[in-house]
Amino acid sequence: MEAASVPAAVERAGKKTKVRDPAKPRTPWWLWLAVAGIVVFCLFPFYWLLNTSLKTGADLSTSALVPPSPTLSNYEAIFRDANFTIALKNSAIVALVTTALSLIVGSFCAYALARLRMKRKFLILAIVLSISTFPQIAIAAPIFKLWRDVGLYNTIPGLVIPYLTFALPLTIYILTSFFKEIPRDLEEAALVDGATNFEAFRKVVVPLAAPGLATAGILTFIAAWNEFLLAITLTSSTSARTVPAAIAFFTGATQFEQPLGTISAASVIISIPLILLVLLFQKRIVAGLTAGAVKG
Amino acid sequence: MAEIQLREVTKRYPDGTEAVKQVSLDIADGEFMILVGPSGCGKSTALRMIAGLEEISDGDLIIGGERVNDLAPRDRDIAMVFQNYALYPHMTVRENMGFALKLAKEDSSEISKRVDEAARILDLQDHLERKPANLSGGQRQRVAMGRAIVRSPKAFLMDEPLSNLDAKLRVQMRTEVSRIQQRLETTTVYVTHDQTEAMTLGDRVAVMRGGLIQQVDSPKNLYERPQNLFVAGFIGSPSMNFLPARLEGDTIKLPFGDAPMPDELRGKLKGDGKGRDVIAGVRPEHFEDAIVEPDKPGLKFSAPVTVVESMGSELYAYFEVESGGVQSAELVELAEDAGLSDLPSHGGDGQQVVARLAAASGARPGQKAEMVLDTQKIQLFDPDGGKSLTAAA
Repeated sequence: MEAASVPAAVERAGKKTKVRDPAKPRTPWWLWLAVAGIVVFCLFPFYWLLNTSLKTGADLSTSALVPPSPTLSNYEAIFRDANFTIALKNSAIVALVTTALSLIVGSFCAYALARLRMKRKFLILAIVLSISTFPQIAIAAPIFKLWRDVGLYNTIPGLVIPYLTFALPLTIYILTSFFKEIPRDLEEAALVDGATNFEAFRKVVVPLAAPGLATAGILTFIAAWNEFLLAITLTSSTSARTVPAAIAFFTGATQFEQPLGTISAASVIISIPLILLVLLFQKRIVAGLTAGAVKG
Repeated sequence: MAEIQLREVTKRYPDGTEAVKQVSLDIADGEFMILVGPSGCGKSTALRMIAGLEEISDGDLIIGGERVNDLAPRDRDIAMVFQNYALYPHMTVRENMGFALKLAKEDSSEISKRVDEAARILDLQDHLERKPANLSGGQRQRVAMGRAIVRSPKAFLMDEPLSNLDAKLRVQMRTEVSRIQQRLETTTVYVTHDQTEAMTLGDRVAVMRGGLIQQVDSPKNLYERPQNLFVAGFIGSPSMNFLPARLEGDTIKLPFGDAPMPDELRGKLKGDGKGRDVIAGVRPEHFEDAIVEPDKPGLKFSAPVTVVESMGSELYAYFEVESGGVQSAELVELAEDAGLSDLPSHGGDGQQVVARLAAASGARPGQKAEMVLDTQKIQLFDPDGGKSLTAAA
């Protein structure tokens, strides 16, 4: 198949332009144009956010593509504000704890679903997934009431627990499919090599499911980091308020100033960890680690 | 090192099917035992029960004098080589081979010493820091072997370890496996569906079919004195020819002539005067071209050759004999296993017979060939149940 198409590609390439690597046909110019269009379309809002965050006062109302007098004063302002820095810390704790718990509990559940000979496995998975389809607005009020009664209102666990309810189904779903891909022989080899079931899981299965763990972890982290509705419903003070909720309480530097600049600056700041995370783990997500496990 | 004993070991699945039925087998210390049989005969299940990867439904498994039925695989001190090698893809060759020792909390200098030693035996020194994905099939196979031998376990269990290699490499690795086993003198149980591997490697071979052991014997005995039709047909390549025959007195009436009873059977298989239907088994090499060897004693006949396959050192000549064909459950299963059940030569009117002739033979397709059959080597089987009359006598 491949061998047959190569000479034809060379012939075609030879007629039009200089001979290029026949295995890599030239990307047409219109494709590049389309890619550029999509990139601009997706990134322009973020650019505008950045643009706004560098403006103050009257500049905020201009629509110039480049800020007339760029300044970092909005950033200085938000970092001077304890409400923001505490919220940033809360956000980090909530997102990290949610991610860690969701990965630990989720990987156990997913392993059981992938490996045990159980009846109605599909039904269990379907029920787990269906939980994530509940509209958050429908559960926000009941949780608010419940948390007030049991004393979890306005606490960090009070946010982590509901976040887990929507993080776990996704984590379990992603990891189940990853675990199913890992050849059973590898675990059996580990068992015969002297591993306990848990050691086989931790030392063989988990490392091989790393791309799945990374994917599930990043999605959970992003969801928990960005969550707004429950964050604003279930918190009342800075003790548990996360950044998306805290931004809603921003006021201008003076009573008469619009907080648009500081809101933008805060939004830029909370986007940074997510961007770093995705760039960092991109390779991990894409890489297939099982290559070579079984005769290829 | 230890002996392995299976005492009426049975594997029963929840739906009631039995993959292994009351198998008893004694494997001596240091012995190389082969379990061989067509797919689905229970050989792999039996091996996995020894490893502890399948629960034993009934019976006892004794390794080194200790009943290990309820021990986890990790407590049985056995090493296993898997068909697809099951190398840990995220570990280097060194880590793969040292994994078991690391789990056993050996210190790292000892691990590294033993891994180096195993790598030297297997000629893997140059590849220790590579990942399995970067190794060739043969190298991966050697790493899988290495992972087993670094541990100096009580026994090696090998589940078709060579079946993923190409033909040439397989022959090479076969010698290698044999060499390593002789050097380490570790009890080895080796599962294969390839009768050539079974014959060349094993001290003893257990032929299995339908969850039952058919015969346990040395390769030579299996070949020369198979106890039933199944073993006779399974062992040997090309397989033994089976022909409908009739015993009358001391004469065997074959489709291509009458043969005298082999000496060792003479007098022992007296019918009741009326004669008796039997199945005659003839190995391809017991035919010879009568022109090449005119002095060879035996039953001379001429047959129309349909196909000739030249192997260089010898010829396989196929010819058809007129007969009703041989019917037996064992033979049907053998044919199914070989994928031959749909071919017209099986169960049709004519019966195909293959003869292994000297390379000098003048046999040509479409022509009649003069052949001589060594009647002393004819084996007889009971058509009812397939038991060998030769082995029983």
